[in-house]
Amino acid sequence: MLSSAQTPRFLRSTTATATTSLKCLHTSPIATSAAIPPPPPSQILTTRKSLLSRQTSAVDLAKSFLHRLRRSEPQLSSFLYVSPDETVLKQAEDLDKKIKNNEAVGPLAGVLVGVKDNICTHDMPSTAGSKLLENYRPPYDATAVRKLRESGAIVVGKTNLDEFGMGSTTEGSAYQVTANPWDLTRVPGGSSGGSAAAVSARQCMVALGSDTGGSVRQPASFCGVVGLKPTYGRVSRYGLVAYASSLDVIGCFGSSVADAGILLQAISGHDNFDATSSKQEIFDYASQFISIDDMESKPLQGLKVGVIRETLEDGVDSEVISSIRNAVSHLEDLGCTASEVSLPSFSLGLPAYYILASCESSSNLSRYDGVRYGNQVFGDELSSLYGDSRAQGFGSEVKMRILMGTYALSAGYYDAYYKRAQQVRTIIRKSFKDALDKYDILISPAAPSVAYKIGEKKNDPLAMYAGDIMTVNVNLAGLPALVLPCGFVEGGPAGLPVGFQMIGAAFNEEKLLKIGHIFEQTLQGCSFIPPLVADEAT
Amino acid sequence: MALTLFRGLRSNCFRSYPPSLCITRKHGVLHCSMSSSAQGQTATQEKQHAQLKDVPKREPSKKLEEVLKHYEAVIGIETHVQLATLTKAFCSCPYNYGAQPNTSVCPICMGLPGALPVLNSKVIESAVKVGLALNCKLSLSSKFDRKQYFYPDLPKGYQISQFDIPIAADGYVDIDLPIEFGGGHRKFGITRVHMEEDAGKLLHTGNGNFSQVDLNRAGVPLLEIVSEPDMRTGVEAAEYAAEIQRLVRYLGVSNGNMQEGSLRCDVNISVRPIGQVEFGTKVEIKNLNSFSSVSRAIDFEILRQVRHIDEGQAEKIVLETRLWEEGAQKTVTMRKKEGLADYRYFPEPDLPEVNLSEEYVNEIRNSLPELPETKRRRFENMGLSMQDVLFLANDVNVAAFFDATIASGADVKLAANWIMGDIAAYMKNEKLSVNEIKLTPQELGELIASIKGGTISGKIGKEILFELMAKGGTVKGLIKEKDLVQITDLSEIEKIVDRVLAENPKQLEQYRGGKTKLQGFFAGQIMKETKGKANPGILNKILLEKLNAKA
Repeated sequence: MLSSAQTPRFLRSTTATATTSLKCLHTSPIATSAAIPPPPPSQILTTRKSLLSRQTSAVDLAKSFLHRLRRSEPQLSSFLYVSPDETVLKQAEDLDKKIKNNEAVGPLAGVLVGVKDNICTHDMPSTAGSKLLENYRPPYDATAVRKLRESGAIVVGKTNLDEFGMGSTTEGSAYQVTANPWDLTRVPGGSSGGSAAAVSARQCMVALGSDTGGSVRQPASFCGVVGLKPTYGRVSRYGLVAYASSLDVIGCFGSSVADAGILLQAISGHDNFDATSSKQEIFDYASQFISIDDMESKPLQGLKVGVIRETLEDGVDSEVISSIRNAVSHLEDLGCTASEVSLPSFSLGLPAYYILASCESSSNLSRYDGVRYGNQVFGDELSSLYGDSRAQGFGSEVKMRILMGTYALSAGYYDAYYKRAQQVRTIIRKSFKDALDKYDILISPAAPSVAYKIGEKKNDPLAMYAGDIMTVNVNLAGLPALVLPCGFVEGGPAGLPVGFQMIGAAFNEEKLLKIGHIFEQTLQGCSFIPPLVADEAT
Repeated sequence: MALTLFRGLRSNCFRSYPPSLCITRKHGVLHCSMSSSAQGQTATQEKQHAQLKDVPKREPSKKLEEVLKHYEAVIGIETHVQLATLTKAFCSCPYNYGAQPNTSVCPICMGLPGALPVLNSKVIESAVKVGLALNCKLSLSSKFDRKQYFYPDLPKGYQISQFDIPIAADGYVDIDLPIEFGGGHRKFGITRVHMEEDAGKLLHTGNGNFSQVDLNRAGVPLLEIVSEPDMRTGVEAAEYAAEIQRLVRYLGVSNGNMQEGSLRCDVNISVRPIGQVEFGTKVEIKNLNSFSSVSRAIDFEILRQVRHIDEGQAEKIVLETRLWEEGAQKTVTMRKKEGLADYRYFPEPDLPEVNLSEEYVNEIRNSLPELPETKRRRFENMGLSMQDVLFLANDVNVAAFFDATIASGADVKLAANWIMGDIAAYMKNEKLSVNEIKLTPQELGELIASIKGGTISGKIGKEILFELMAKGGTVKGLIKEKDLVQITDLSEIEKIVDRVLAENPKQLEQYRGGKTKLQGFFAGQIMKETKGKANPGILNKILLEKLNAKA
């Protein structure tokens, strides 16, 4: 049993009631002015239902999203590129025609998706947030994007990110700084900050991000949305601009667990264009999303939850710790048994991650030489063409990681850095495996803090790197993890969301989705719609 | 679509391997068009001519012989073999030598952002075949690594290769030196065989103002075969390279064509006084486009290095890469190697490990064809001379032709002579391979039998042979069609002899008067009468008897 020594300030646990629900109250005017908000619906399933029953049209739906997107975008800057209205509406019209003619439509029909700008789209620029790839248009769609389109989804635009996914605030974008919809003076997290902010502010229904060291989960936590990092190999990386190939995965953002799960279902599967994609069977995630009315009083009876001790220690905001402990209490109310588990290798993850990610990125970014594509700086000599194109094309964070990686791979240093980090990775992998043999899921915060101020850590890379402590281990172990909002911390106009992370066994996303869904549907009193759009979002 | 992403590299000061390239950019302009010399398309499976030995037919110079009394060269060879797979190593683009630049490219081999490699399994199969053929130990678990360096022909900024765990290692190859160089058997060690991808090509325009990148070749699978430093002479090195070519052709994994760059040899060479254990400073020689250039470049390099040592200027031999200049017949400095290049190898994260099962390896082992060394030993045991053995086993198709001829019952020595003589000469003149001539081994066997059995004369046999090679058909058919059966009937020949003598009384008188040279005249007349069909032995015997009868 967990001790709950600390008194949660914004999150009160109602002890064991038959309703197995947890009140999530905070003092913001939004929450108090509203009645008890309903659990988040699946936007995807709702959309499908209303489209197929002709209650609404894809065109109307698209218009309302585009309207909200254009209205909020000047404050948020979450998109680097938004598809022209007519392009989006044309696709919606085609869908409406199909529905009218009773033709089959895909599971994501009419769903407006934001795609992180490091995922290739043949009809939109794909800059990866870098000046070097300004105006670069790939000749092909990433496999995940292709699958989305085949499922009937409409790509509404490309979302902002830290350059090449390297950063935790989205301030590292070469183009713009994205604001957190909960507090425009704060960062949305990163590197998939644009996708997280866009889903949070209902600029699109769901979004794709990428997660190399927490780039889906930490911004999901900062923006109060659901972020799903699949098992390495579950989703094809083909068309994802590589940062660190052995860690990169494409992940999903949704405003509900169901949406994130349905999105994952659409993009999962083996791909002949990615040798590291898995042939493991894909579960029907949608079957996990039972209605709250059909839940038993203890729907998670018998599940064992391990709370990672090292993630609730010094260096983690006490309010975050309180929120997580309350979330664990809620899981216990739902029937889980929770206990603390120690992963002694946990703290080794951060240095190992930064070495491996830097090494791989130094290699992956070698192709940006200005010869074949991207911005080229004329030079009298080959070396100056290379040097100047890269010097002017890359931002400082990217350069720093290339330098670190190049150094760590150099002759004489390889054993001390790269090889050692790989050994650490093996240890971490094993410690997670052992823990997950004992527990169904492991729990930790998604980040040591809630969203911080824009500029706060910009000149302190080590502080920013330290913020990744909760997430990098999961990438090193290649495991799936689900982050979902569980409460609020004081700050901003309406409080700042806190996310907690559930880590599962490899290729067992369905268990995470099932637990996440039940947790989310039974979490009472919380609305994770930011004040920016609360008045109009559905 | 992809092509418009390309742009040219321009260089102001072009040299064959420019140390620097000046590069300009033209928006939207396609710079990858080929310069004036538009090349015709050639299939990868180009004609493999039955080559007569490509090894130089010249005596080593007196100077070299003198030098080699006091010094020995230590030579190792790195061979790059381009695999004749239908598609490239990591994408589905085909590769056709000589195709228009950048017409066989895709996001993967162009190294576009987000593209990933997926290994072509035929590459592994070829590597295993070559590894087994070179008597190597195979690594049942190997991996790919990234070799990192910047060059405009390397789209990803790294080459996918194998570093510390090559797929095959510790092998050897047996060779027989050509008779004209004294012959002899040698065994050279193979250090390793590994898989990697080829780079693209830089095309330098005539005026040297800019360079262009052609990525057709980028991503084409290669095997790098590294020998032990076991060779001592240019001839040994050339023969080693020739044996590698034979092997890959026997195995069908590559066309082994040196001119097209399907087989590329880089030679490492140092010299040392005989008896010295330590190696001298080694020099790498590139741009060797034939076996004879391998041999000649080594001879040149031995003399150059020894001269420096003899002149007390051994320090002039430096760790460097030198280029063989075919026109000038010399090596020149290409680039100095200042310290070891740091390629920052690390395991390729985009590709899973390469795991071979014992069953897979055994399956390939059992499917290997007879290899050149085994073939040579078998031919030798048939009683053929080493000269014949080396010729017949040189080309896998010629060897197969020979074997099939023997299988049809032909005499070994006669079959060898026909193939090495008239047939080889014809193929050389007509620039045809043994598979392209119309003659079948069965018909060659029939031809040999017909001559041996006396049905036709050797002379007629030759005529038929050319007909068979050019137009095909059967020996029996041609003999019948052209009424070529040899006349061996004594009385019939006697009749013709009598007639000819009777028709030429003047010449007969002169002959009997002592002008015996006229025997040839009579023989010629008789052959003319019989259209060459008279058996020459019988004819001459009867003719002589008749000519000398009244003397």
